[in-house]
Amino acid sequence: MRITCPLCGERDRREFYYYGADDYLRRPGEGAAPEAWDSYLHLRDNPAGITRDLWHHEMGCSAWLVVERSTITHEIRSVKLVSDVQEGGK
Amino acid sequence: MAELLATSPLEGLVPLSAGPFTLSDAGVARITSVAPFAGKEKAVSAALKKAHGLAFPAPNTVISKGEARIVWTGRGQAFLIGADPAPLAGIAALTDQSDGWAVLRLDGPEAERVLARKVAVDLRPAVFGEGAVVRTALGHMMSVILRAGAGFEIFVFRSMAHTAVHEIGEAMRAVAARG
Repeated sequence: MRITCPLCGERDRREFYYYGADDYLRRPGEGAAPEAWDSYLHLRDNPAGITRDLWHHEMGCSAWLVVERSTITHEIRSVKLVSDVQEGGK
Repeated sequence: MAELLATSPLEGLVPLSAGPFTLSDAGVARITSVAPFAGKEKAVSAALKKAHGLAFPAPNTVISKGEARIVWTGRGQAFLIGADPAPLAGIAALTDQSDGWAVLRLDGPEAERVLARKVAVDLRPAVFGEGAVVRTALGHMMSVILRAGAGFEIFVFRSMAHTAVHEIGEAMRAVAARG
């Protein structure tokens, strides 16, 4: 499996560290209901198909990435910098 | 007070040779990490231009001017080598890393054959020519690898000097043995 880092280019999967679902980018605001925190911390989808998760290019440029990939075909659809996704607003 | 002597992390480990390949201490003197503050990339480039004739480098590139060089090393970060970082004060986070790195120089015909044993990135001259740099894994070590003429400069953490020399030396011997 190879991931194309937006900065470094195509690299071997061993250069990257897997963190988890991109739900971690949607942290509940201050004073959010306990249910929102429960969901943020513990509840994850387990899709057969497209999923989005966070990877860290730890052996490369040290950027955090959002990788959209298919759990069925292992196709990687897109790789974006978390910094770009966050700055784009949500 | 004790008299302390500065020694290279590669002291006693190199030079090393195997067949046509040599591994030596690149003797890089001053390394400063430069991380422009948010929104200050252009100001940093302008200050580098004025002081050293350099600019903040694009990903995977090195800019050189005489003895001074600036090497891209990650998102929003570059190493200024052999130049005074003082003109960047206030617009970038500056960290002296001169003692943090062991810098090796690998020479020999098609030296990328040696690195191919340890690095999963294509380093052949056609795709990795003068002015190119990668941050990647050398075996299990983090490294910064630059094209330097027919050979390479390889930066690893100071604490990894012994392991890096051992691993590259092993690859040099293996490739040399194949002729």
